[in-house]
Amino acid sequence: MLKTGAEIFAESLLKENVKVVFGIPGGQVLPIFDKIYDYRNKIRFVLTRHEQGAGHMADGYARSTGEVGVCLVTSGPGATNLTTALATANMDSIPMVAFTGQVATSLIGNDAFQEADTTGITRPVTKHNFLVKDVKELAKTIHEAFYIAKTGRQGPVLVDIPVDIQRAVTEFEYPETVDIRSYKPVYTGHAGQIKKAAELINSAKQPLLYVGGGIISSNASLELLKLAEKIHTPVTTTLLAIGCFPPNHPLNLYMPGMHGNYAANLAFQNCDLIIAIGARFDDRVTGKLTAFAPKAKIIHIDIDPTSISKNVFVNIPVVGDAKSIITELLKYVKKKNNKEWLKKISEWQKTNPFSYKKDSKLRPQYVIDKISQITKGEAIVVTEVGQNQMWAAQYYKPKFPRHFLSSGGLGTMGYGFPAAIGAKIANPKKIVIDIAGDGSIQMNIQELATAVLNNINVKIVILNNACLGMVRQWQELFYKRRYSAVCLSKPDGCLAMDASAKRPAAMIPDFVKLAESYGAVGIRITKKEDVESTLINALKIDKTVIMDFIVEEEENVLPMVPAGSALDEIITSLA
Amino acid sequence: MKHTISVLVENKSGVLARIATLFAARGYNIDSLAVGETDDPTISRMTIVVNGDEKILEQVEKQLNKLIDVIKLNDFLNIEHIERDLVLIKVKADKNTRNEILQIVDIFRAKIIDVSVNTVIIEMTGDEDKIQAILNMLKPFGIKEVARTGIIAIARGA
Repeated sequence: MLKTGAEIFAESLLKENVKVVFGIPGGQVLPIFDKIYDYRNKIRFVLTRHEQGAGHMADGYARSTGEVGVCLVTSGPGATNLTTALATANMDSIPMVAFTGQVATSLIGNDAFQEADTTGITRPVTKHNFLVKDVKELAKTIHEAFYIAKTGRQGPVLVDIPVDIQRAVTEFEYPETVDIRSYKPVYTGHAGQIKKAAELINSAKQPLLYVGGGIISSNASLELLKLAEKIHTPVTTTLLAIGCFPPNHPLNLYMPGMHGNYAANLAFQNCDLIIAIGARFDDRVTGKLTAFAPKAKIIHIDIDPTSISKNVFVNIPVVGDAKSIITELLKYVKKKNNKEWLKKISEWQKTNPFSYKKDSKLRPQYVIDKISQITKGEAIVVTEVGQNQMWAAQYYKPKFPRHFLSSGGLGTMGYGFPAAIGAKIANPKKIVIDIAGDGSIQMNIQELATAVLNNINVKIVILNNACLGMVRQWQELFYKRRYSAVCLSKPDGCLAMDASAKRPAAMIPDFVKLAESYGAVGIRITKKEDVESTLINALKIDKTVIMDFIVEEEENVLPMVPAGSALDEIITSLA
Repeated sequence: MKHTISVLVENKSGVLARIATLFAARGYNIDSLAVGETDDPTISRMTIVVNGDEKILEQVEKQLNKLIDVIKLNDFLNIEHIERDLVLIKVKADKNTRNEILQIVDIFRAKIIDVSVNTVIIEMTGDEDKIQAILNMLKPFGIKEVARTGIIAIARGA
C-alpha cells in the first residue's frame, strides 16, 4: 500500500516498538506531526518546552530502561538546540534516535528559513547520522538508525527528514533485517585473548576490577558480581557504572578518580593488575597519566577498539561485549583468595571513607545521605553536574543498575531534570529524584511545565549554595579565592568570600514561588533537623515537588585529586 | 613515520566530510588525501597519507574503522604496494631555457603537455621522492604553479 513519508515514519516507529517520543513541532516537521496526531493512542508524544529538554528526556528514558530513547524536533533552531543532548548521549554511549525536520530538498543549501546543516553540525556528536533524500530510503534508514543506536558501542543516531520527503508517497515495506556491510559490531571476545587474560588474573596478587558504563549497557551486573567474588577482587565503579555492583558489598570500592574514594585511588596505585571492563581510562579517573597505576599490568575489555590503548598501554586487549566476555572468562579463572590485598584496602577504606562534618549545619552531603537511607537505594537518582553530582555519586548508594543517571563524559549542566522526567515516564512506579544545584537546575527549569502538565511526579532536590559551587571550589583551591562570576545571588562577589555576609533577602529566583507558579509544590528547608521529615513527606506527594535546601555555601567536594596530579596525591581534608 | 592508508568507503555524500571531521576533531594531520570511485560505483577508495607515531596511527586507524561508512582499511606500511602521485608543474620557459628544461623532463620521463611563449606545463607521475627531485631541478627556472593529486596507492599481487 502506498504511504506518505510521514506515515512511514509513524509505522516504522511502531515496528521499532517505540512507546514514547519527546519533542517540539515546527514548520518543517508538520506533516509528521499531523501523523503523530493519528497515532496518538499508540505512540505517546510528550511536548517539551525546549529541544534540549526533549533530548535529555529521551536520554533519561534510554539510560533507565536500556531501550532506545526517541525525540523529534524541527529544522534549524530545533536541531541546533538538540545538539547538547546528542553530545551528552554520545559521550556516555546512550542509545537514542533523534529525528529532525529539514527544509525541502529543493531548498537545501539555499539558506532557507529555519535551515541548518543539521547532519554537518551533529556529525561529531552522534554515532552516525543520515539525511534522507528519497522517500524510498526512509523506512530502511529508520531501521538502520535504530540498529546502529542499540548495537556495538551504543550511541545517538540522527535522521534528518526534509519536509517534501515527509509528504512524498511510496510503497511501505519495513525491511526484516538490517545488513550494513561496513558495520559489523563484534560481541564475542577472541578466545585466545580471553585465556591469556585468565592466566594473568590467576597469577595476580593484587588485582583490581575497574568497571564503567559498559557493564550497564551490556546488562552484565550479575556476571560482574560472579567474577569479582570468584577471583576475590575489589571493584571500583566509575560515575557511569554506579549501581552495577551491590552497595555495602565487601568488594565494592565505589567511585575512583578526582572525587573518588580514597581506597579506590590507592588500589589503582598499588595493584599489580587492572581488569578494566567497559571503562575508558578517562582523565577524571586516571589523574596524571604518567603516574597512573605504576605497578599494574592491564587487561582491557571493551566493545569499542578505539577505547583500548588510547590513554594507557594495555597488555591484553579483548574486544567485545562485557557480558559475553565475562561469562567466558569465568570458565578459565580460578577461585582465589586475596585476603592480604583486601586487608590492605580495608585499612585505606577505614582511614579515609567518604565523610563530612556531622555538626548542626545543613550540609549537602547529609541531604543525599538521607535520600539514600529513606529510599533504601531503590529510587532512580538523576543528577545535574558539579558539586551536586559528585556528592550524589559519593553518598547515594543505588541497589540496582540504571538507578543512577548522570552526564559523565560531557558534564552537561541542565541534564538532570529533563533526564529525570524521561526516567519517570519509563518507570512510573519508581521514585525518581533529580539532585541539582541552584545553578544547574536553572539551565532547563522550563521543563517544570512539561512535568506538571503531564503529571510526572519527579522530585527535585536543590542543594542551594547560592553559587556555581564546583567552579567556586576550584577558584578557592587553585585561584587564591578570587571568586570570578560564580555568585548566583548577587551581581558580583560571592557570599563565601565574606563570612559575615548574609544572603540577600530576596532570592532570585525564589524556587518555592517558581514551583508554585508552575503548579508544582515548593518547599524550602533551612534546618538540618527538617531534612528527613521533609524528604519523607515530599515523597508521599503525588506531584512534582521542588525541595530547596539552603546549604552551606563554602562546602567542598572531598576527597580531591587536583587536575594533573597522581591519584595518590589525593587531598582528603583542607586546612 | 609516514603511513599510506587506503580506505574503502561507501560512495555517499558526506563521507569525505566525516573523515575530514574526524581528522580535524582529533588533531591528526593529513599529508594528502585522494578520493575516487572504484570499479564498484557504490564504493570509493580514499588514499590518506598520515604522519604520526605508532600510537597515533593505531588510533587513526581504529577511529576510521569505527566510522559506519568505512568498509575496509589497509595500512600499507608493511605491505608491498605501489604509490603514485600525479603532478602538473607550470614552469617559466623562454627560448633560452626551454631546451634545458626539456632535458630535465626527458631524464625524469615526464611529459610536456602545454607550451606558451613564456611557460611550459609538465606532467609527471611518480612517488614522493621523484616528484620532489624534479621540483628541485626546475626551481631555478621559476616554478609558477604546482597542482598535485596526492598519493594514490594499491597493494601489489593478489
